[in-house]
Amino acid sequence: MPPSIASSVLGRGLSAAWPICLGYLPIGMALGVLGQKAGLHPLAIGFMSLVVFAGSSQFIAVSMISSGMPAFTIVITTFVVNLRHLLMSSALAIPFRGRSRSVLTLFAYGVTDESFAVNYPKLLEGDWHIEHALVVNHAANLTWIASTVAGGYGGQYIPEGAFGIDYALIAMFICLLVFQLRGKIYLVTAILGGALAVGLALVLPSNWHIIVASTLAAVCGASIKRYYRRLSS
Amino acid sequence: MRAFWPDYTMMIFAMGLVTFIPRWLPLLFLSRRDLPQWLVDWLDFIPVAILSALLAPLLVTSGPLPHLDFQRIELVAALPTFGVACWTRSLGVTVLAGMFSFWLLGLFWPI
Repeated sequence: MPPSIASSVLGRGLSAAWPICLGYLPIGMALGVLGQKAGLHPLAIGFMSLVVFAGSSQFIAVSMISSGMPAFTIVITTFVVNLRHLLMSSALAIPFRGRSRSVLTLFAYGVTDESFAVNYPKLLEGDWHIEHALVVNHAANLTWIASTVAGGYGGQYIPEGAFGIDYALIAMFICLLVFQLRGKIYLVTAILGGALAVGLALVLPSNWHIIVASTLAAVCGASIKRYYRRLSS
Repeated sequence: MRAFWPDYTMMIFAMGLVTFIPRWLPLLFLSRRDLPQWLVDWLDFIPVAILSALLAPLLVTSGPLPHLDFQRIELVAALPTFGVACWTRSLGVTVLAGMFSFWLLGLFWPI
């Protein structure tokens, strides 16, 4: 790849990734602080961020470590909390049809809620390839690892809630949801998914509410779409 | 403070493995075949469904044992953030506007 193309891939990837990185900073630092309080060395926290790279499950793991839970329970919980990525990787398989196994394996490592939500609509629009998406994944990954380690070394000196940065990820989800509202059926699906998730969050443990609510809401959306398609044909 | 001990390292690798497999298998296998139309239709609604399922509980529930709570800064700040997202359609601007709204509301909370 000539340098100019390489740099434009890097540039475009990074300009899509910076809101994720901004959102990861406070969360990663918070995880580092909690990990350090749980008796983990900052580099041991960084090691977890490198190998697991899944924010919410790492918070849960750290709190389970500090309350002395057995490793087996922690691993099973991690599996359940991160199972939602199965749905995202399935959706990504369509734009990534026929890509080589090694590139897909590298890509799979970086599938997160945030990188998925940034990459997926761009992939559907076209003019966004797996190389751009990989830049987004790895920029987010590096920021995550660095901010968790930094939090472990000195996060307790940073004032809590500075500059409203704790809202960065929520604001990102709001914007990415707006991008996904591509018609009435999508709007109905979103309302249904949100309502189901809230209802289920009150009764289901770990992240099951996300998996169950999004699966059901997508079934409804697809059924409505198929119903209208049959009507018009 | 413990730095690295064998049990911890083994546990982290196991956590990494069970996280990686659900991220990896669908990409590897579903990208190699023609998917039935109903599956393509369903997958098309996964992003919107998953984003709203991630977002809604963050706005209207609170506590380690979640309960409904409509008096959250997160929910009120979502209104201007949503407006800016519709208006600008820019992720970066929306994130900054959301942070600013949240910070500003925090100064006056509870209203």
